[in-house]
Amino acid sequence: MIYREAGDFKTTYAADNQTFPIKGDRFAYYVVLAFALGVMPFIITDYWANAIVIPFLIYTIAALGLNILIGYCGQLSLGTGGFMAVGAYSSFKLMTSFPELSIVFVVILAGLCTAAVGVAFGLPSLRIKGFYLAVATLAAQFFLIWLFTRTGWFFNYSPTGMITAPTRTVFGYPVTGPRASAVSMYLFCLAFLIAVAWLARNLTRGTLGRKWMAIRDMDIAAEIIGVNPLTAKLSAFAVSSFFVGIAGALLFTVYLGAAEAGEAFGIDKSFLVLFMVIIGGLGSILGSFLGAFFLIVGPVLLKLLLVDNLRWPSDVAAHLEIMIIGALIIIFLVLEPHGLTALWRTIKEKLRLWPFPH
Amino acid sequence: MLDTQPEGYVTADGRKIGGVLMEMKNITLRFGGVVAIKDISFDIREGEIRAIIGPNGAGKSSMLNVISGFYHPQEGEVWYKGERRPRMRPYEVARQGIARTFQNIALFEGMSVLDNIMTGRLNHMSAGFFKQALWWGPAAKEEAENREKVEKIIDFLEIQHIRKTPVRRLPYGLKKRVELARALSAEPSILLLDEPMAGMNVEEKEDMSRFILDVNDEFGSTIVLIEHDMGVVMDLSDRVVVMDYGKKIGDGSPGEVRNNEEVIKAYLGVSHD
Repeated sequence: MIYREAGDFKTTYAADNQTFPIKGDRFAYYVVLAFALGVMPFIITDYWANAIVIPFLIYTIAALGLNILIGYCGQLSLGTGGFMAVGAYSSFKLMTSFPELSIVFVVILAGLCTAAVGVAFGLPSLRIKGFYLAVATLAAQFFLIWLFTRTGWFFNYSPTGMITAPTRTVFGYPVTGPRASAVSMYLFCLAFLIAVAWLARNLTRGTLGRKWMAIRDMDIAAEIIGVNPLTAKLSAFAVSSFFVGIAGALLFTVYLGAAEAGEAFGIDKSFLVLFMVIIGGLGSILGSFLGAFFLIVGPVLLKLLLVDNLRWPSDVAAHLEIMIIGALIIIFLVLEPHGLTALWRTIKEKLRLWPFPH
Repeated sequence: MLDTQPEGYVTADGRKIGGVLMEMKNITLRFGGVVAIKDISFDIREGEIRAIIGPNGAGKSSMLNVISGFYHPQEGEVWYKGERRPRMRPYEVARQGIARTFQNIALFEGMSVLDNIMTGRLNHMSAGFFKQALWWGPAAKEEAENREKVEKIIDFLEIQHIRKTPVRRLPYGLKKRVELARALSAEPSILLLDEPMAGMNVEEKEDMSRFILDVNDEFGSTIVLIEHDMGVVMDLSDRVVVMDYGKKIGDGSPGEVRNNEEVIKAYLGVSHD
């Protein structure tokens, strides 16, 4: 009744082309943005920040990155954990080598380093695709982790093999290190997420995005239409790795504070981000948010329910949690193979006709 | 013969046909020991509708693939706009202004009709990476301008109602039309159509024939067409190349081809006048 495009006339192509063409969507978007910027900073607590909000923000950035590669360009990658490690270790090297450098630039430069590494490991995509490419990127995952645990230069020869983030400030507020407050960490990550989501949306709505999707849907036809597969695929790898590298840098500097490549950025991280993308919805910006939300917030909510409300022993709850999340993933994918976004789309289509579906 | 008129001619229905736009010279294409195309030469004139016909396996689609740069012939030369075309990747050929449709529809199934057709305009859009990333001035402006051109083609092919529909939801006949729209949006100087009417019913064939003629008429596009439906080919085309087993057995106006002994023997069977 309320949620529909009827009466919402567009007079220019630019207006027809906007991100949220329906008024209701636009309104919801502004509400969420206002809440995230205006309300959250005042109500956020250390527990909520560390358990849910900050990992959600960081993993959404990683999921956006991977979604560009898999969902938009159709290039399967299992190297996300390794690329996050590149972001983390390059931010560590930058922080320790250039203590004067602002943390904002450190994170961006770490993303650029990761983009370069991503392009290098994306080169096989020009010859192979599908599962074979997945295996090639898996090699990147193992190689990168091996490199970061074996080469002393990357962790400044620290005896534990760990990298630790020193304190860095933005506008005088520490955002990394032990003195960082929940609010400043939250706002720092949120700023990056908003920027990344905005960039991702812009890149996928225009020519480049269409090139990626053309390669994804039918690479031979794409080439005959005039898409250069080399630049299209490598640009997808570059943009994707850039975002994933930012996520890795934030995960290490802001969230973890100290990390060791094998533990923090193992193959399980690659799968976690891959699941987020698949469950959220391939080829969708919103899907990256939904997928990350589901896999980050889901377990925490389950723990709250089982341990705090039902008084179950926490070890039993921890195992059950994994089983329940696993079952939910399977149920979701059986019911809606195209992820939460498709579910949302179906709801929207129903909503448009409601309450008079005929 | 038509080849004696280098500067072009005017057809019976008053369309102006220009000089030679593309010329295939002694093309031979082999796949291992199989010879798909054997020493074929023909030319394509500006503004004409040129048909390539022949039985299954005659090498028609291979010929189209040679033109669009997907196959590289072992022998022979492709001359385009008076210059010999070097060995090129398909996307480079596309940039030279050659667009095509496919025998088995090759649309981008996951994208909307509009996005599919916008993809056809790739070679006319030049906003750089960073301008696109920031959606700043030129990128947004270029998008709107190209959208306008695409909308004209959408109007022309009467597919306004499915503009935002994902292609995978469309029926076959409409998909064929969207594919034509995508090729057309590139504003090609040569439009290659690989069996545009395969699998269509009579009504859809009539629609498609009308669109092909209109495209040729309104945009002045040169069209190279492969088709099995003899009636359609004879009605639409200005000149016809007939292939059989990779060899050219006839070349000329529909009337000439129809009366060519060898063509009748190889393809049309017993004359049914």
